[in-house]
Amino acid sequence: MLLAAGVAGLVVAMTMMIWRAIVGPSQYDRMLAANSLGTKIVLLIAVIGYLSGRPAFLDIAIVYALINFVTTIALMKFFRYRTLSRPLGPEAKDG
Amino acid sequence: MSEIALQVNFGLNIALLLMLVAIGLAIARTRSLLAAILLMGMYSLASAVWLIVMDAADVAFTEAVVGAGISTVVLLGAILLVRAGPVRHNWRMTIAPAVLVLGVGGLLVYAVTGLPEFGDPASPTNAHVGRSYLIQTSDEIGVPNVVTAVLASYRGFDTLGETVVVFAAGIGVALMLGFGPRSNLPRAPAATGDHHVVLRVTAKLLIPLIALFAFYVQFHGDLGAGGGFQAGVILAVAPILHALVFGLRGTIAALPVRAVRSVATMGVLLYSGVGVVCMINGGGFLDYDYLFPPSVEAMIPPGLMGEPYHAHHWGQHFGIFFIELGVLLTVAATMVTIFYGFAGRAAEEPGAST
Amino acid sequence: MVDALHLVGGGLVVAGALLTLLGGVGVLRFPDVYTRIHAASLTDTGGATLVLLGLALISGLTLETLKLGLVWVFVMLTTPAAANALANAAFSAGHTPRIGAFQIMKSLAAGEARSDTQRRETSDDDKSSPP
Repeated sequence: MLLAAGVAGLVVAMTMMIWRAIVGPSQYDRMLAANSLGTKIVLLIAVIGYLSGRPAFLDIAIVYALINFVTTIALMKFFRYRTLSRPLGPEAKDG
Repeated sequence: MSEIALQVNFGLNIALLLMLVAIGLAIARTRSLLAAILLMGMYSLASAVWLIVMDAADVAFTEAVVGAGISTVVLLGAILLVRAGPVRHNWRMTIAPAVLVLGVGGLLVYAVTGLPEFGDPASPTNAHVGRSYLIQTSDEIGVPNVVTAVLASYRGFDTLGETVVVFAAGIGVALMLGFGPRSNLPRAPAATGDHHVVLRVTAKLLIPLIALFAFYVQFHGDLGAGGGFQAGVILAVAPILHALVFGLRGTIAALPVRAVRSVATMGVLLYSGVGVVCMINGGGFLDYDYLFPPSVEAMIPPGLMGEPYHAHHWGQHFGIFFIELGVLLTVAATMVTIFYGFAGRAAEEPGAST
Repeated sequence: MVDALHLVGGGLVVAGALLTLLGGVGVLRFPDVYTRIHAASLTDTGGATLVLLGLALISGLTLETLKLGLVWVFVMLTTPAAANALANAAFSAGHTPRIGAFQIMKSLAAGEARSDTQRRETSDDDKSSPP
């Protein structure tokens, strides 16, 4: 019962993130919403796994936590430097 | 599954499908390509949760790593190569596509009414070959995850085809965009005074863990969700993260283009080589029962592979192990090749965005 | 004893979900990117800690507890780092904080962003996004 309430709360929070991603206004808001949605989905998968008696779903939650980070870094780098190949750092002297 | 879990599943199905509809409409409406890519990533995240609710853990795994991870990065690389923004068409030009889309959509909705009930035991997918797979897997194959048994053993030939398709896609991208950067890559900047220390430290911590987790997914595929395809993509994420944070130049120094290319080829060769070994030993192509000749199987002590004991489980086990390894090598190397192609190509045209 | 643990664990899960919900309200209601990042990343890490702790209490001492710990470690590593990168990217692209008390910071940020843009000669990506 309590787990079901937790699932409901997480789903409502996910809806809020999707709303923020749809209305924007800037691309950074969308990135924030995508990243935060990912974290909420990690938690949702974990709770669903315990609710339906399949804790093996936790593997997928771990993958989500990792993939979400890589996607956010790729987006961040794209927005800031307009390239995927440059190292992160202060100056682009020979880019 | 308890009563409350069923009710939660029902509610989750509705909520997630509504979310997917909302995100899909937003993707169709937005004029910004970047916003569309972001929203597509979110669509993949939400649909993977939906697949988990439907209890399709292996598919959800793939959707999570491919849809939300790799394809977002590759699409970002692709958007760097196209210079044009979205184009507004004359409304007359949209009539024929709209009629086509509405017609196909209507047909699909009509087809839904003819589908069997969800979980209907008498439906064609559950009645004939699917049921026999479920019943006979523990006797014939001996791995606990039926999905892996079907994918790697019963339908091993189909999976070989899929692996070759992945390989061919990598070759195609490499032929169009180059196997990797040919000209000047940006150098590593001086390490002082930048604001990305947090990212670099986090990436250094995460990259080995990602690679380690990929191998867990690979070797755990017999027992639970996972397998060569998912593990290959996760393994490819590690060098991609390295390239994003430390620069493509360093990544290519560590993983040369030539090496990645040969690993991709080796994976396909390993997969088909297992099939050929089975043929040499008197079976069909990819018939793992014949992977080891009877003289080798006679030397295996009983009880080593669990109960019920069959000598051919040994061959099945190693056959699945080797072909999953081949899938892992091909998929990981192909993903890295595709990333090299997109990211390295963009580096050649530094003025593309200005 | 087991029932009590389940009850406490379920309560922690609900508390974590409520915290996440609170963060969602913040993300919807706060005025600019930085405050939204603040709301989302703090409540995400806090909510994740509570939810995963609750699930760990429910599962007891098994392999799943280890996996929950792994999820927690990854979330705690990645969410703050991603929030940091996000705020960094937004600031260097010239987004200025919009809250009244930050007027000094706003003018500072505007100057910084202008010189930054001139130095690197990159186009401002926000012009391509819809309003």
